[in-house]
Amino acid sequence: MFSNILIWFVIVPVIMMAGLALCGNDNMKAIRGVMVTGSTALLAMAIYLVVAFLEMRSAGNTDEMLFTGSWIWYAPLNIHLAVGVDGISVLMLLLSAVIVFAGTFASWKISPLPKNFFLWFALLSTGVFGFFISIDMFTMFMFYEVALIPMYLLIGVWGTGRKEYSAMKLTLMLMGGSAFLMLGLLGIYWHSAPEGGTLTWNILEISHNAAVDPSWQRLLFCFTFVGFGVLGAMFPFHTWSPDGHACAPTAVSMLHAGVLMKLGGYGCFRIAIFLLPQAANELAWIFIILTGISVVYGAFSACVQTDLKYINAYSSVSHCGMVLFAILMLNTTAMTGAILQMLSHGLMTALFFALIGMIYGRTHTRDIRQMGGLMQIMPYLGVCYMIAGFASLGLPGLSGFVAEMTIFFGAFQDADLFHRIFVIAATTSIVITAVYILRVVGKLVLGPVVDEHHRQLTDASWWERFSTVTLIVCLAGIGFFPNWINETIQQSFEPIVNVLNQAI
Amino acid sequence: MDYSQFGAMLPELIILGLFVIVLCADVFTKDGSAKRFLTPMTTVLFLLATVAIWLIPSSGEEVFGGMYVDSQACKAMKAILNVGAFIVLLQAAEWVESDDMKFRRGEFYELLLATLFGMYLMISARHFLLFIIGLECASLPLAAMVAFNKKHYESHEAAIKYILTAVFSSAILLMGLSFVYAFSGGSLYFNDIAASIAGTEINGLLIAAVAFVIAGIGFKLSLVPFHLWTADVYQGAPTAITAYLSVISKGAAAFAFFVIFAQVFGSLYSEVWEWMMYAVIIATITVGNLFAMRQKNMKRFMAFSSVSQAGYIMLGVMTEQALGLGSMMFYIFVYIVSNLAAFAVISSIENKTGKVSMDDYDGLHKSNPRLSFVMTLAMFSLAGIPPFAGFFSKILIFTSVTASDSMALYMLVLVALINTIISLYYYLLVVKAIWINPGEAKVERFESNRCDRVALVLCTLGIVFFGLVPYIYEYCLDAARLLN
Repeated sequence: MFSNILIWFVIVPVIMMAGLALCGNDNMKAIRGVMVTGSTALLAMAIYLVVAFLEMRSAGNTDEMLFTGSWIWYAPLNIHLAVGVDGISVLMLLLSAVIVFAGTFASWKISPLPKNFFLWFALLSTGVFGFFISIDMFTMFMFYEVALIPMYLLIGVWGTGRKEYSAMKLTLMLMGGSAFLMLGLLGIYWHSAPEGGTLTWNILEISHNAAVDPSWQRLLFCFTFVGFGVLGAMFPFHTWSPDGHACAPTAVSMLHAGVLMKLGGYGCFRIAIFLLPQAANELAWIFIILTGISVVYGAFSACVQTDLKYINAYSSVSHCGMVLFAILMLNTTAMTGAILQMLSHGLMTALFFALIGMIYGRTHTRDIRQMGGLMQIMPYLGVCYMIAGFASLGLPGLSGFVAEMTIFFGAFQDADLFHRIFVIAATTSIVITAVYILRVVGKLVLGPVVDEHHRQLTDASWWERFSTVTLIVCLAGIGFFPNWINETIQQSFEPIVNVLNQAI
Repeated sequence: MDYSQFGAMLPELIILGLFVIVLCADVFTKDGSAKRFLTPMTTVLFLLATVAIWLIPSSGEEVFGGMYVDSQACKAMKAILNVGAFIVLLQAAEWVESDDMKFRRGEFYELLLATLFGMYLMISARHFLLFIIGLECASLPLAAMVAFNKKHYESHEAAIKYILTAVFSSAILLMGLSFVYAFSGGSLYFNDIAASIAGTEINGLLIAAVAFVIAGIGFKLSLVPFHLWTADVYQGAPTAITAYLSVISKGAAAFAFFVIFAQVFGSLYSEVWEWMMYAVIIATITVGNLFAMRQKNMKRFMAFSSVSQAGYIMLGVMTEQALGLGSMMFYIFVYIVSNLAAFAVISSIENKTGKVSMDDYDGLHKSNPRLSFVMTLAMFSLAGIPPFAGFFSKILIFTSVTASDSMALYMLVLVALINTIISLYYYLLVVKAIWINPGEAKVERFESNRCDRVALVLCTLGIVFFGLVPYIYEYCLDAARLLN
């Protein structure tokens, strides 16, 4: 069991938690030591995993999932701890590791109760990593919920503003989504094998059996898609996102927008569409409408906000809506775009939230009307903010461009009127994004200095630079070399597209 | 008469023997400091009894002509209850040794053992006469225990409320059973009744009989609409007794409920009691949750939370299979450890400071970080948050209910799932009070005594490990396959 590298993605955070538990309450050195060691180990493992994965693929290994392992857990119900990764999950693991790494540095000076903060933070990352390595629905769901609940305390204790309200709202809405999801998963389990076969929670086996009855598929598809869609900030279930992000502490916003919201997209892709292909073909239109609304509505909402975090939260609604929208196009190109968008949005939003946290830590305001001319005061942060902004509006050379281009190439493949209308509507979001990004960048970074007190503020410290540089390098990495990502995820779509074509 | 038949009643004999030992020790020692050994003695002997009951194999025999059955399922259930009762004893130790109580500690243990004995009979009974004896033996001494805080007016009020509802519910149950008796042609054996009911057509009297039986046992389980006594009794009773009431007596009644409805009324499932239980479960879960949201007194809060939890336990009844019973037993086990963890915190705070309001828990983590930690785990487990045991027990009982393809049951699970979100809200209120609410801690720093600490550690271990380690679940499921 322990020879499988994937298991270690869960074990390392657990060890980190154990290590933190042993640290003294205010012994910052020891706490940081544990966190930096742990998150560096995770990042190293993730990079190693990508390299090993690509090697195995180029050596001609064409299995759906690599590094698989399966250990029986609850035998009477055939629940396994089953792990395995394809190109998509490998990249998601890498993304999570990068953001956990950057998040650790971004919360270098967290207070009060630093130890407890990092304990919950590590628990959250356990859930995230566990989710991406699982190929058993039960463990997947378990890790999904493990990732959700620490949010309550992380926002409630260490947040700002209306933190209690936001924390409760976020937790209850996400858990409400997971209630629907749970029912969907139970339904899939009880229909996972043909009459007389062994029921299973294993995603690959369920897909091979293809035994879920069409009438059940429709119901279960709605349950699972809505369940994951809540976390993917699908309209009208997105309202937790602005409040939650605005009140969360920096590292939590980073991890939440960067990784946790991707759990929603990944889950829709891996469970709702992969396991229930027939219903996906039939009912995709409902969710295309909803996610289409998310894309446009999120972008418009971002235009009128004055709080930096609200702007980015709404822009996340728009961008994550784009991910779900692309997945629902049900073709390889658009799905590739969706994965690119997940990566790009994850890194970019994490960068945004890190910068906002750093700016807020200095100016003590997030209202763009009360700030300006940061370029003159803290040029490093100003430049980073501009880079993040350009990535967000899709400037070539950064990740956003590649992702959005691919999505819209793919989305235009469906030639019927319904798809055309919604795709064209969604494309407008690119322009609207440019509007709100340029507005903020112009006002905040380039404009005149609004508050003279701000002139005394200092530029980024070393750990802040470290955190941001990590993210910017990754953003540019995707922008300049999208090909290696394409290579990694290429084969992962075949099984999904195959089952979708068979199901028509 | 063949006296060797008593050999099959080993768990009951062990408890009875313990009862006699405690009684003799209590009666034949002088009052005052001579009685100091009573608490440690009872606790240790009870621990041994628990281990013995867990270890001895069941014979699977029916004795006394089928009145009593010593099956693996019954034995497992008794073992689970015993674990809970042991933790309750540990929690109660400090209160029992307090000045008001210590000259009556013998009575406390005797009454507790007597109720446990009654619950054992309820679990193993396969004849309604024995069942009623067990039920009465389990509920009447409890009323005396509820009244134990002599100097508190609320304790007396609670005891009166409890005894009146207990007697009333027994009367309703007996009424229902007399209707059943009319059908069975003069027998009160479960098997005979089941056989004769299977042959008759459904009529009004039979429906009334089933409804009365649901109501009668529903009072013990505090199912809605028979729950009205719960909050007042839980609030007035000494906290250790509240803990006992909320988990042990509920667990025993739930098991007995399952046995009666699976074995006696099993053939009436789809025509008569499926929809009754459907309505009762939805009402129980929802009403319990809605009322729990507004409670400020922790004991009332736990009372409504336990009403709602009883609804989840009853979900196990909706599938007539071993899977349902096994999941239900596992649920009861997890509910016992989680609820007792919460009660351990509540009672140790109450014993030290006399505070039971949720507002007094504000900022508790500053003064008592360990208790705060346990309370948080308990709340998460009750709400069904992974990786704690409560998540697994909930998900497994939902899995068992959805085993049939019935859309109605899927909707029942959906209602239950949505209710877990409501319950999450009020459980998080406690977490919020402890960790988030601003201000200095209202409960000053204190050290819990040794017994409390052992109880807390046991509960915490249970919460953390028995979800991740499937041992208990498999044990319950294996046992549930051998109900008779």
